[in-house]
Amino acid sequence: MTSLQFDIAHLLAGGMLVLSLLLLYQDRILATLNVFALQAIVLSLAVAWQAYVQGAMHLMVTALIALVVKGFVIPAALNRIVYRLGIHREIEQVIGAGPTMLTGLGLIALSILLVMPVNVGVTALAREDLAFALAVILLGLLMMITRRNAVTQIVGFMSLENGLILAATGARGMPLVVEISVAFSILIAFSVFGIFVFRIRERFDTVDLAALDRFRSERSTLQ
Amino acid sequence: MPLRIGLACVVAYLVAAVLAVVIGRWRAAPAVVYGAIVAISAAGLGSAFFALVSDDLNTRLALPLGLPLTGGALRIDALSAFFLLVVNLGGLAAGVYGIGYGRHERSPLRVLPYIPAYLAGMNFVLMADDAFTFLVAWEFMSLASWILVLADHRREENARAAYIYIVMASAGTLCLLLAFGLLAGPHGGYAFTAMREAAQPPLIAGLVFLLALVGAGSKAGLVPLHIWLPLAHPAAPSHVSALMSGVMTKVAIYGFIRIVFDLVNEPASWMSLIVIAFGGVTAVLGVLYALLQQDIKRLLAYSTVENVGIIFVGLGLAMAFRAHDMAVPAALAMTAALLHVLNHSFFKSLLFFGAGAVVHASGERDMERLGGLIRRMPHTAIVFLIGCAAISALPPLNGFVSEWMTFQAILVGPQLPHWGLKLIVPTVGALLALAAAFAAACFVKLFGTVFLGRARTAAARNAHDVDRFSLAAMYALAALCFLSGVVPGPLIDMLAPVAHALVRARMPEQSGIAWLSIVPIAASRSSYNGLIILSFLICSGVLTATVIHRFATRATRRSAIWDCGYPDPSLVTQYSGSSFVMPIRRVFGAALFDIRETVEMPPPGSAKPARFSLKVFDPAWRFAYGPGTRAIWTAAGKLNRLQFLTIRRYLMLVFAALIVLLIVVAAWR
Repeated sequence: MTSLQFDIAHLLAGGMLVLSLLLLYQDRILATLNVFALQAIVLSLAVAWQAYVQGAMHLMVTALIALVVKGFVIPAALNRIVYRLGIHREIEQVIGAGPTMLTGLGLIALSILLVMPVNVGVTALAREDLAFALAVILLGLLMMITRRNAVTQIVGFMSLENGLILAATGARGMPLVVEISVAFSILIAFSVFGIFVFRIRERFDTVDLAALDRFRSERSTLQ
Repeated sequence: MPLRIGLACVVAYLVAAVLAVVIGRWRAAPAVVYGAIVAISAAGLGSAFFALVSDDLNTRLALPLGLPLTGGALRIDALSAFFLLVVNLGGLAAGVYGIGYGRHERSPLRVLPYIPAYLAGMNFVLMADDAFTFLVAWEFMSLASWILVLADHRREENARAAYIYIVMASAGTLCLLLAFGLLAGPHGGYAFTAMREAAQPPLIAGLVFLLALVGAGSKAGLVPLHIWLPLAHPAAPSHVSALMSGVMTKVAIYGFIRIVFDLVNEPASWMSLIVIAFGGVTAVLGVLYALLQQDIKRLLAYSTVENVGIIFVGLGLAMAFRAHDMAVPAALAMTAALLHVLNHSFFKSLLFFGAGAVVHASGERDMERLGGLIRRMPHTAIVFLIGCAAISALPPLNGFVSEWMTFQAILVGPQLPHWGLKLIVPTVGALLALAAAFAAACFVKLFGTVFLGRARTAAARNAHDVDRFSLAAMYALAALCFLSGVVPGPLIDMLAPVAHALVRARMPEQSGIAWLSIVPIAASRSSYNGLIILSFLICSGVLTATVIHRFATRATRRSAIWDCGYPDPSLVTQYSGSSFVMPIRRVFGAALFDIRETVEMPPPGSAKPARFSLKVFDPAWRFAYGPGTRAIWTAAGKLNRLQFLTIRRYLMLVFAALIVLLIVVAAWR
């Protein structure tokens, strides 16, 4: 692998990480969806580059799935949901943007600390990719717990999934079947989420999960 | 050869258990099953005895079952042969007793199959030669006895006793499991031979010792681990109570000896200090609790706790002497402990059989509702009296011999070079003397309240003596108590190989000593002769009787009986057991027991009777288990809030756990 190939792979994975941080920071819902779409596109580019570098053409299929499904279909669908729910308003965050970003930086440092020392039988590319992927996964998780809105939680979950795909393609020899099944499970998860969001809205007139919590705590005090 | 017979006995017991399930509903079932138990345990007893006498020991037999790589193995050495003798002797006596007693069993299917299974479990524990076989057999024994505790399952208190028993038994087994795990080491040498060869560092040896003390001690009934014992032992049918008290506690003691004396390389002196201290405390507290009981069987169960304490004092002394290379006193202490194991199984089985006879004859376990039974049940009364005298350590019976030998070992104690032991051994000696006095008071109370005086209830008035089989078992045990008290020399010689295997020394040969005396260390120090004491007792008794009958007046004088200042002639106002122990209760009540004495006086003018009520609680519950129970409740109450978190908080918990684990991984490298 030449140094240029390595640098480009590095650039794309790093781009995903930066977009993850943006996701974490972004507090308007439509902008969040746009950033998520952008992250999925960068993911598909990264996967395609890996396919080219590794000479594994089946990864192109993965890249294509990522591009079409996660780059366009899911963001568009989420957009529709947001409009139908009529929530263009600013989204609340549980802890402020500053501490969240600091935590995110800490998580990135942690994942680098974790993965970098692994150097037995692993190429430099796979190693760095793993570090970036782990960071993206952790940031996705962090996004899920810092948001109260059901839609942005879905976005966090999807972004976590992006990290998983990045990790999977960085390692050589991931079979296509696995990729396709992961993609399908994401689709199914997405539709389940979508249905639930509407059910929640029907029931509570809001998609703010705090309403759910209030309902639960009422039940628990009744018990 | 003894190993094959032992294995055959276990198989035969299991077959008898299955047979009992099949034929349990027949009328002849108890006779058949108990007959089988008698035959099998007689065979086991014979083979164990000949193995011990002829030194046909230490053969090993690999089992086709067991852990991979280790496999299962059986072996009989001197120690297991001796305990096999104790177990099968108890089984034999219980079998003979059961032929008569078991006929009255209300639901035989709840009892019959499990007694042979229980005996099989105990035999198997003693023959196990690897940790896996040992633990499986140990659990089998625990579960079988647990089912027997539940035999009369409709009584609320039995269900509670069984619950506490199974919890304590499981905790004890867990401790033993951990002890064996530590002994096996990182390479997993679970065979006892491998453990013996491995050299444990002192820390591991200390941990193993503590775990064995808790694990085996909870089964044996060391205070404060004894709480299940006075609940569970009386709950079972009486011959099973005899097995549990007289035999199973001995199997627990076997487990302790096996681990601490055999598998751990060298006991240190701090270990012996702990054992001696716990033994002394157990002896005194056990007998004090026993004194305060009104339930015959529960009193006997608490007295078992006391005797276990005496045995543990002997074992602790043996450890101390062995740690300081004092071989002959070590052999003396060990022999005393083992002899007390045997003796206690004699008289405790006898007393439980007698209690069973009383309970069966009168339907009453509360001794304050009995009385005057010596006239209705003369045979039971005689053997019970012998048992009471033996357990109170009165010469020339067997209890005296082993306790006297324990005291002889205590008297050597001040020669130990360790200052802690120098201090504690005489203290524990004083405690044991106190316990012996209390034990005598306790059994005076038991015998006096149950058999003497006048019958307090109609049930006691209409009691009748029990059947021939039960009486035969009790008479045989009483004879054994008498024989081993008068001529203990052969028994001590029989124990020599056992003591030698454990402390690498033996007591002086007793068979060559004139007039059947026994000599613990050297003839110049002290010796005991049962025959002389017996002949003295006979002579003085005959002399006193002659003098009284010869010189006392024969004139009959009639007058009102002395009524102690209470003119009420009612039978229930007789001097009772709780009146008898009142002074002791008052002295120790405030300090040692949770005693609540309340007097309800009706207001002046009211016709209601005044009431006096007395409640005695075992303070072990409050001090040893209260903090733990409260901590668990508090923790459970706090953790209960985890049930009602929001979804996001659950996610946060998962996230935090993940991050912490990742940090640990990162920091580990």
